Amino acid sequence: MKQAAQPAPSCGDAQLTRRASASRKHSPGALAAMLLVCAPLLTAASEPPPAPAISPPAAAAPPDDGQWTMPAKNYASTRYSELAEINEGNVKNLQVAFTFSTGVNKGQEAAPLVVGSTMYIVSPFPNIVYALDLSKPGAPMKWKYEPNPEPAAQGVACCDVVNRGAAFANGRIFFNTLDGHTIALDANTGQPIWNAHIGNINIGETITMAPLVVKGKVLVGNSGGEMGVRGWVKALDAGDGHVVWTAYNTGPDKEVLIGPDFKPHYDMDKGKDLGVTTWPPEAWKIGGGNMWGWISYDPDLNLIFHGTGNPGPWNPDLRPGDNKWTSGIFARDPDTGAAKWFYQWSPHDLHDYDGINEQVLLDMNWQGKPRKVLVRPERNGYLYVLDRTTGEVLSAKPYGPVNSSKGVDLKTGRLIENPDKQTGTGKVVRDICPTASGLKDWQPSAFSPKTGLLYIPHNNLCMDEEGVEVNYIAGTPYVGMNVRMIPGPGGNRGAFTAWDIAAEKPAWSLKENFPVWSGAVVTAGDVVFYGTMEGWFKAVSAKTGDLLWQFKTSSGIIGQPITYRGPDGHQYVAVLSGVGGWAGAIVSGDLDPRDASAALGFVNAMKDLKNATTAGGTLYVFRLP
Amino acid sequence: MKPAAATLLLAILALAACQREERDTRPQSALGSGEQPTPVTTLEPGGQRPSPTDNKAASFEANAFHLSEGKRLFGWFNCSGCHANGGGGMGPALMDEKWIYGSSMESIHATIRDGRPNGMPSFRDKIPDDQIWELAAFVRSLSGNAPSSAAPSRNDDMMVHPSENRMPDAATLGKSP
Repeated sequence: MKQAAQPAPSCGDAQLTRRASASRKHSPGALAAMLLVCAPLLTAASEPPPAPAISPPAAAAPPDDGQWTMPAKNYASTRYSELAEINEGNVKNLQVAFTFSTGVNKGQEAAPLVVGSTMYIVSPFPNIVYALDLSKPGAPMKWKYEPNPEPAAQGVACCDVVNRGAAFANGRIFFNTLDGHTIALDANTGQPIWNAHIGNINIGETITMAPLVVKGKVLVGNSGGEMGVRGWVKALDAGDGHVVWTAYNTGPDKEVLIGPDFKPHYDMDKGKDLGVTTWPPEAWKIGGGNMWGWISYDPDLNLIFHGTGNPGPWNPDLRPGDNKWTSGIFARDPDTGAAKWFYQWSPHDLHDYDGINEQVLLDMNWQGKPRKVLVRPERNGYLYVLDRTTGEVLSAKPYGPVNSSKGVDLKTGRLIENPDKQTGTGKVVRDICPTASGLKDWQPSAFSPKTGLLYIPHNNLCMDEEGVEVNYIAGTPYVGMNVRMIPGPGGNRGAFTAWDIAAEKPAWSLKENFPVWSGAVVTAGDVVFYGTMEGWFKAVSAKTGDLLWQFKTSSGIIGQPITYRGPDGHQYVAVLSGVGGWAGAIVSGDLDPRDASAALGFVNAMKDLKNATTAGGTLYVFRLP
Repeated sequence: MKPAAATLLLAILALAACQREERDTRPQSALGSGEQPTPVTTLEPGGQRPSPTDNKAASFEANAFHLSEGKRLFGWFNCSGCHANGGGGMGPALMDEKWIYGSSMESIHATIRDGRPNGMPSFRDKIPDDQIWELAAFVRSLSGNAPSSAAPSRNDDMMVHPSENRMPDAATLGKSP
């Protein structure tokens, strides 16, 4: 078992940065105080820091340039910044540098981007893109772009009208609109370069995910797992927006792009046209498996990794079979889309366990042997470590309360369902943990190579479920499940857990009253940032979880924090505040808590959220004084 | 009283109990959606005009059969997929006192028939007109706007809120104004 790497001399780094900056003033007292705080660390710095025992592949996580060009920070999806000016010692001094209203009172799930001296943010529907000039005081607006998406799209978005961010590549900003467009903008001027209409709201398709740009292709998937929408991933040419390849996540092999290169590790994923034969006749055409989450990319293996969403409808009795290729993960060739391997987290999913969470790519020693792994805190409650070259499961340990299953059989790879928690038509099954929203939903975790810990924002909820009959009507919900959620064991509805990947156990865990629906970011200053649905933006120690600083923003936080080096050479931290999303729909959608089944049952667990926060959309940016 | 007279009286009473409300179990229009226009605002320049009413509205609104049919159809046409059991989700809550496009039977009927621009689909020619009226009547019962003697009195499925005949008027929540 490896030990966490020694903390690097972050205080020393900070001072170097400070000395290099002529524009900043420090009182002698402040400098002296910092020297005192940093003294022990400076001593430790005289020894060469050992190479981290777990680290992302260099090709997928290049040295930090201080920018933030994609929501996950890098292709390895570490959400780790090497900036260390803000550290455990001084983070308590953070103050607001500037704020900016997005003008939209819906859930703000996006990550801001910073490229050069410009920050880019995408609002929820109507998906306005703003460019802010960071080189000027107060970061004035450089340009804005309004795509004017079809308002009717709001009626087919399952869980608030969110957008999870844009991506930057080659002078262009790429983003998706709720009504199914992918748009490329000139990053300097905000002028549209191309606009590809790839989703059809009349069959319930929307797009909420942040695109990922890989090798000149913009990768996008659709949402609609609650509308009987067949999931797909498309690669659009970054130059002109034409569709290079489309890979469906259900249906015949040739449409799933399964060919001779496809080598799944487990027998359960081997066979011809499983995307058809593991369904009742024709059900795969309306079977979900949408790709609305995160994609990672390993340039060395030339593979992208993406999950697949829940099968539709939720009521499992209406779709006997393993329902390939839903609730699983694909490795694909980014050039052709050809599938290389697949693993199914939740075969014949019983509880809406979408498999679309982030995958963090890491290289580490596993039981004495160097392995290229993929770490995934999955919705079904297990922290999976997969060999990303083959899809073999190396480890699957629950990172919170789980009773819907009894573990993962590492021989067959199969999730061991708990028969007591099996849902079905006309049957109310109580106290199923985790909920349909999972032990963790889309909210992405962060990994620090300095500590070897994965910082996981997540939920702690259980639910009652009853399967009901449901009719498929194109463009309307196709769920077939009554759900009501309740707080999980302990009563805290959320948690923020630091998971020791090598030791397969938590290092520490913080309880939060509401689900932690925000993303996380961790820095070389050993500070982890996340937000709460009350509106607190928190900085905790990456090593111990101790609360170092917190700031109350104007609305609940469900966005993805980022950190960057501003044009003045100093480190900044940014986050969008604005409650909503599935968890916060009670506020952003003004739902009625007297109906336990509102928002697919989530409202029952969030009855008091309206008393804790109100809707709003504001960017907050922080810096040291 | 003689036993025979008592029996007769009991029989009359028992038969009287069989008297049910009138119900029209064979709706007239198999399909078709009505064409009645319905304003979505109370602002009427040049003075208020009489608001349109439909005689269907009155005949469906307080009718237990139509309300219970509306409850069934609310699930079958996937209304519940968006509006849950009145608390809302993808679509707005229907059990509160807030009405974006009007609370009258005619307004709700028009909303279901024609859709609304921010996400409500149009079910024109997909749902027979009388069933749209049944749905509209049930929607009103969710906020306590149907007579409790006619509103559905039980849920066949998981308990998510008190049955519709026990829902308080959303505007007052059962309190005196």
